Formats: sequence, C-alpha cells, structure tokens
Amino acid sequence: MLLKVRNRDDIQPRGMARCACFAPFLLSAAILIISVQSSAQAPTANPPASVAPQNASPQTPTTSYSDAQQPRPGLNVVVLDPAHGGTDTGARGTGGIRESEIVLQFALQVRRALEAQGFQVIQTRMANENPSFDERSAMANAQVGAVFVSLHVSSTGVPGTVRVYVNSDLPVSSGGRQASGLIPWDRAQAPFLVLSHKLGDFVQGNLAVRFRGSPGSAQASAIRQLRTTAAPAIAVEISSVSVNDRADLDRMASGVADAIARGVTDFRPSYVVAGVPGGLR
Amino acid sequence: MTARWVRLVLGGLFGAVIIAGLYFPILKQRVKQTAKIQPQSEEQARRELTQSLTANPTEARVTAKLFWGSSAHDGSLAPVNMDLPLSGDPALRAKQVLNTLLAGPADPELRTLPPDAVLLAFYLLPDGTGIADFSEAMASSIPSGIESEQRAVDSITRTLAANVPQIMRLKILIHGQEVETLAGHLDLTGSFAVNPRGAQAAAAPQSDSLSSWSSPGAPPLTLESGSRQTYAATREQPTNSRQP
Repeated sequence: MLLKVRNRDDIQPRGMARCACFAPFLLSAAILIISVQSSAQAPTANPPASVAPQNASPQTPTTSYSDAQQPRPGLNVVVLDPAHGGTDTGARGTGGIRESEIVLQFALQVRRALEAQGFQVIQTRMANENPSFDERSAMANAQVGAVFVSLHVSSTGVPGTVRVYVNSDLPVSSGGRQASGLIPWDRAQAPFLVLSHKLGDFVQGNLAVRFRGSPGSAQASAIRQLRTTAAPAIAVEISSVSVNDRADLDRMASGVADAIARGVTDFRPSYVVAGVPGGLR
Repeated sequence: MTARWVRLVLGGLFGAVIIAGLYFPILKQRVKQTAKIQPQSEEQARRELTQSLTANPTEARVTAKLFWGSSAHDGSLAPVNMDLPLSGDPALRAKQVLNTLLAGPADPELRTLPPDAVLLAFYLLPDGTGIADFSEAMASSIPSGIESEQRAVDSITRTLAANVPQIMRLKILIHGQEVETLAGHLDLTGSFAVNPRGAQAAAAPQSDSLSSWSSPGAPPLTLESGSRQTYAATREQPTNSRQP
C-alpha cells in the first residue's frame, strides 16, 4: 500500500501528495477502529439482552471470518484453573495426597491436550501459589472468546469417577444486565449459565465414556469460583484424595485431559453459532 | 516429760505416714477413674445445652423427615422418618430438626454434617429467610470438595423444606459471621432456596430475582441485596450498590 502512495506522489501536485502521505495513517486508523468495534462486539454480545440484534451474524459461516483475516470471533482461549494452592491445600487424603498438588499436575496434561486442539491456554497459577477467587475470575474476564475450566480433586465420591459442575441459577435482574449495560461482578456468570451447561454436558459426556460410574450430564452447584466468571465456566472434580495409592489418580490424568480437550472442542461450534452466550435458550 | 512428748509426736507422725500410705493407692485409683471420663469439648457441651433447651417432652410427637446420605453410597440423599417432639413455632422447630440432623443417623457413615458441628442459633425473619448460625467445626471439619459441601447444604435445606414450610430460603453463617465459602468451594455469600413455591409467592412483588428458584435437588444460589436483612450490613460486595 505504501508503494502505491509513493507512485502517486511522483505524478500528483504537492497538496495532493501531502494528503496522500496521511492516507496510510488514515487507513490504519480506520482498520484499528473496525477491529476495536469487532472485538468490542464479542463481550457486549454476551448478555441475552443483545441476542436479537446479533442474530443475523450467526448465519454467517465461520469460515468467512478467517477468510477476512480478522481475529476469529469464536472460542480460542481456555483459562485453566488448578484450584487452591499456597497455604490452601484443598482436600487432603490420609495418605498425604493434596488436592492443590494433584490439580497442578493434571493441569499440565490438560493444557497439552487443549493446545493440541489449537486452543491458547492460560493458567490461573503455574506454581504453588494461591490467587484469590476474583483474581482467577479476572484472568478469564479479560479474555475474548474464552471458557473457564476449574480443576478439583474431592475428598468424597466413588474413586475413579469425575463430575462436572456448573454454577447454580443466579438471579438475573432486568435480563442480566444493569440499566447501565454492565453486568454486576458478583453475578458475572449469570448471562453465561446456558452456555456453561452446554459446555459442562459436553465435557461430562466425554468423561462418562472414559470413567465408568461418572454422571452423564453436568450438575449444578453454588460454586464460588464460577460465580464471578464472565465466560462459559465449569468445575471438574475428580474422586478422590482418599485413594490409597497416588498412582491411581495419576493414571486418570490422561483420560481427564483428553475428555476436557474433546469436550471443549465439541462445544466450540456452539459458542460460535450462538455468537452470543445465552442465545441457545 | 519432754521425752514422752517427743515419743507421742513421733508416734503421731508415724501413724499419719501409715494412714497416708494406705490412702495413696485409693487416691491414685480415683484420679485414674476421673481421667477415663472423656473430656467434653466446648462444642459438645454447648450442643447438650442447646438440645436440652429445644427438646421439650411435652410437645406433640410428629413424624419428621430427615435427609441423610443414601445407603447406596452414591452421594445422593435419602429421607428417614423419625418421630420427634416438635414445636409449633417455626424457628424452634427448625432448631429441633437441625439438631437432630447434626446428631446424625444410626449409621455414622451416612452422616452429611461433621459430628462436632453445633447449631449455635437459628433465626427466622418475617420475609421467610431462615438464618442458621453454625459453629466453626461446620466449616473446618467438613470434607473439602464440591460434592461433600453441596451434599451438606442439600441435607440441611431439604430437611428444613420437609419439616418447616414457613422457611423460604436459608442463609448460613459460621460462628455469627458471613463467610465466602463453606470449605473452599460452596458459596455461602448468598442464600439457598428451601421452599421455592413459598418463596416465589411471597417474593414476587418485591423482587424479580427469585424467579429462577426451581430445583430443590440443587438449591440455586441467590444473592439478596435488600437492607431488610440483618446480615446485609456485613456484606462487602460493592456491586450491590449498583442495583437499578
């Protein structure tokens, strides 16, 4: 594009040349504005209130976005949350198994499996540290086109089974957003509950195939971590720290990682087709 | 004379030593017996106190339904019918059934709540909100995990729903304080649905936030923002001030 402008400069008078000099900047500014607008559409499209005006876009095939060389509006990022950490060990087994250590190990395998499926993975913690619930949620809330997966190991439950939880229904006033158009932080999950259920069912379905005795669909629970997350969010809980041999849990890691990666991949089209979380109602 | 007195004193002392020598084993045995009695924890003592206050033998015995773990050990809850002397006063009745729930079933493996947890107080607000204040053992002794914490709350809410129809929703406090989670997972900053029908009917004119209460199996979390609740003042959630 710059080359073209220089060619024109040779032929046209100085006034025109000056204008032409600004052209690249004007063009780049225009492109910038367009890209900001398109990225801004994703978060604002999330609350159900904006489903109607956005319904036209889901008709557009997803390939058209990539053809246009613009950032893909669909699901690209998985925020992986190994729960607990630091002084908070989470569940502890009599054999000295600590939830906070197991989930960090599991997260590495889940991360590899997700990256193999083409997802960008962000971990809420990489070491033995304990970010707050809000700090963890904030990592997901800062992303566009992300889902949130929290990893847990329980104290109870039939060993060798895995359960997926989504947040219980949260009260939604005025269609999920305030008059100002903002979603209250303390119930940020509310507009995403339908998508969270969908994601949870996909992941639980994949887990049930691999781990006999696991439920067939995701369950609802008032989980603190998920409530402030403004993205489709699930908690995956593995049973349990009560196993005598830690190797029993370690053996589950690859199956859990594969099931989560496949579940999120299965969910990917739903996220794009809806265009708007909440549009699947 | 002096020698006689000396003999008498020495004889008296000798006798005292013999008596003390004979008494010592008896004293030792008594100390051992006292040590054998289990030292009562503060919470156990408190529980006995609260139970004696709430259990009144003159009250009519009714069949109460209590939800403990299912014998299938699959994480589900199963109702157990028990004949209990229950009060007609809803707050007292709630206290009585919760104390029975805390005491646990015949099979200790089917417990849903920690054995050393105590219900310190139960309040019922005029709008149907029940406030259960448990001792710290409720949070510290419960097995950490989404499943176990959810099951504990389910057993409380379902037991209240079955026996005290006046309670529409339940707020759980730990030692008089609002806490963020029960044991690292379950959110205690909101309230849990107990009798959804009653809640919907009573709350419809004042709030649209209760319309999502539906599944008694998994009580949905609700976040109350009204200043009518005594605990509202302790909340530190700035977003509540942005209510339209």
